[in-house]
Amino acid sequence: MFNVISNELLAENLHKMVISAPRVARARKPGQFVIVRLAPGEERIPLTIGDADAQAGTITLFIQAIGASTQKIVATPAGGALRDVAGPLGKETHIANWGRVACVGGGVGTAVLFPLVKALAGAGNRITTIIGGRSSRYIILADELAPLSERLLVTTEDGTLGSTGFVTGPLQEMLADPERAPQAVFAVGPVPMMKAVAELTRPHGIETVVSLNPIMIDGTGMCGGCRVQIGGATKFACVDGPEFDAHLVDFDGLSDRLSSYRKEEAARHAATGCRLKEERR
Amino acid sequence: MNKLTPKERMAIERVVMPELPADERSRNFEEVNLGLSENQAFEEARRCLQCKNRACVAGCPVGVSIPEFIDALASDDLPRAANILRGDNALPAVCGRVCPQETQCEARCVRGVKGESVAIGFLERYVADWAMHHPDRLLRAELPPATGKKVAVVGCGPAGLTAAGELVRMGHGVTIFEALHDTGGVLRYGIPEFRLPKEIIDQEVAQLTELGVVIECNVIIGKTLTVAELREEYDAVFVANGAGLPIMLNIPGENLKGVYAANEFLTRVNLMEAGRRPESATPIIRSREVAVIGGGNTAMDCVRTARRLGAERAMIVYRRSEAEMPARVEEIKHAKEEGVEFVMLTAPLAVTATEDGWVAGLRCQMMELGPPDASGRRKPIPIPGSEFDLPAGVVVNAVGTNANPLLTATAPDLTLNKWGNIVADENGMTSIPGVFAGGDIVRGGATVILAMGDGKRAAAAIQEYLKGK
Ligand SMILES: Cc1cc2nc3c(=O)[nH]c(=O)nc-3n(C[C@H](O)[C@H](O)[C@H](O)COP(=O)(O)OP(=O)(O)OC[C@H]3O[C@@H](n4cnc5c(N)ncnc54)[C@H](O)[C@@H]3O)c2cc1C
Ligand code: SF4
Ligand code: FES
Repeated sequence: MFNVISNELLAENLHKMVISAPRVARARKPGQFVIVRLAPGEERIPLTIGDADAQAGTITLFIQAIGASTQKIVATPAGGALRDVAGPLGKETHIANWGRVACVGGGVGTAVLFPLVKALAGAGNRITTIIGGRSSRYIILADELAPLSERLLVTTEDGTLGSTGFVTGPLQEMLADPERAPQAVFAVGPVPMMKAVAELTRPHGIETVVSLNPIMIDGTGMCGGCRVQIGGATKFACVDGPEFDAHLVDFDGLSDRLSSYRKEEAARHAATGCRLKEERR
Repeated sequence: MNKLTPKERMAIERVVMPELPADERSRNFEEVNLGLSENQAFEEARRCLQCKNRACVAGCPVGVSIPEFIDALASDDLPRAANILRGDNALPAVCGRVCPQETQCEARCVRGVKGESVAIGFLERYVADWAMHHPDRLLRAELPPATGKKVAVVGCGPAGLTAAGELVRMGHGVTIFEALHDTGGVLRYGIPEFRLPKEIIDQEVAQLTELGVVIECNVIIGKTLTVAELREEYDAVFVANGAGLPIMLNIPGENLKGVYAANEFLTRVNLMEAGRRPESATPIIRSREVAVIGGGNTAMDCVRTARRLGAERAMIVYRRSEAEMPARVEEIKHAKEEGVEFVMLTAPLAVTATEDGWVAGLRCQMMELGPPDASGRRKPIPIPGSEFDLPAGVVVNAVGTNANPLLTATAPDLTLNKWGNIVADENGMTSIPGVFAGGDIVRGGATVILAMGDGKRAAAAIQEYLKGK
């Protein structure tokens, strides 16, 4: 059992949960994740470790409740417990001092980005952080990211916060300006966003790292479900990743495999949604 | 009681295991073999000739005292039979179900020379199941006084469980660290319910925890803790983390939606209970046509699972012929009875796709058998121009696994062979003092009983090692 220390709603559907997991907190490095199973019968869900406090023995998870499983996880209040938390899994982020770095986050990807920004800032990089979402309600962690970044730019599709458009807009401007062009780019978000970033930096030959989110079960290299194509070779994201060279990733293959269970998920979502409503009545 | 002449013994015919009817069982996950009745077990036990040279025992990787436990059974002394069996074999209810007796003890049985061997496996299962249902009638072994020594076991599969059982009975403190959220290793996530009910693993594990073995799930050695950290806290370490890293087919279309590695397919259904219990949140893709590539136990388990998930055509696609299949005879027989199709001498060239990225089927090529290859089996040779398409909505790759590098990657002092398996001597000793290893991580994919034998030998070696400390 892993106790929930706190559970805060940061934005619509986005929760910040602090969990007691002393061993994970001690071993964890930026870029790594845990696999959470709320209770018997529930799915195993990979979640990035947003932050950790080795002394307090806690890890912080930022969870966007989009599916039936994540909704149930975020419904666990402080004082409650998660049955299984296994990790830290995956490779740690390769952190170096590149000089100027752009960190790009879309939606809940911003939460995955947060520990990277923290580590990159710690290594002395000058960071431009660009975060975006559909509208202001989906912009998260701006206050936490601002002090770590030289500049923080916000974009929303509906213009309710920052500049109107996608995260790729400000990135493109940076790339075009030799004074501001970054030496490395980190991008985490929806697959189309990461793909767009990869295409933008490719002609400039700028080192670009993305964090992938394929479907996983064990997270230890046992099942092969998380396989992705990197430069034509099969890699297991849970052990070889989750971060990869963006210019080598087969993004189309990834988004296709991510849709494998769309039908089943929709059915389950509908079923649990109905049940929730009934309970309320 | 048990005073029969050899002639009388010879006159008894080998028992037939009662089974669920094939058309019924191919639609559910109930155990196929129902187990012998009391009368059947007793009669079968009386077939044993009580040979002095114990040929069967030599065929058993852990040397179970076979004639002795069978004699106790034939004398209607089940507590004694159970005691003998359980003294030699830590997981008899498991072994009685999944061991390939036909190539081990039963292959050596004297009665097999001119007729049919004694059904040693069925009797083992009978006695083990009896013991499970009559805990109050078993002789309780007293634990020796605690030694104060602590041993860490990595992996809760048959090797780890066996070693833990032996070590705790020697008076050591034992903690098993398991990466998954549940116990049993392949017994839980790989071997399906219809061959090995999960309840049996639960009971075997409960016996160990009652003896004082501590099991910590969700701890991945190499990630959560390292072998070096274990070495600091424990007096010895036994590594039994199995061989779970799927080998890819490396053919076009392998990443289409609907292509599974066997471990994923089986883990979803067995460990996560997808398609097996309505309340399971884990999904599984079903199809009317499922093609499973491979000819081993894993392939049989996958194809029989696919059948139970509703496949009308559940197919084994194998590049050699049935005679070369490594799967157990019983499994092949059961699969056939359940309506599984065997597409033999056929190699997959590619997985074909529908317009929206789902599996459409397998592009195959017919093979013929040439002279024996390095493995001693006849080598399949492609027949030019024999390509054909096999329609399938789900394809499962069951060609095998390699050693998982998660643990070894963080233990640089551990010597590995060229396939990434840990190098250990016959006592399980590795290149790091105090670190022992056994089971599939040492042997590559092997069997439950070999893994258990390793666990038993390593425990004895650990005992010696701890004495010297
Ligand atoms: C589908 C299938 C069917 C089979 N059928 C049969 C059969 O009928 N008869 C037979 O004799 N054999 C069969 N086998 C083979 C048999 O199951 C294995 O040989 C046996 O389970 C090996 O035991 P083990 O203890 O070495 O490893 P495993 O059973 O693989 O157990 C290893 C355990 O270690 C855990 N682990 C892995 N890495 C770590 C880590 N870093 N830290 C902590 N824990 C870790 C794993 O999660 C697992 O629980 C079958 C195998 C499969 C896959
Ligand atoms: S070889 Fe066969 S007949 Fe002889 S003791 Fe063993 S089981 Fe009995
Ligand atoms: S999640 Fe199973 S291999 Fe990566």
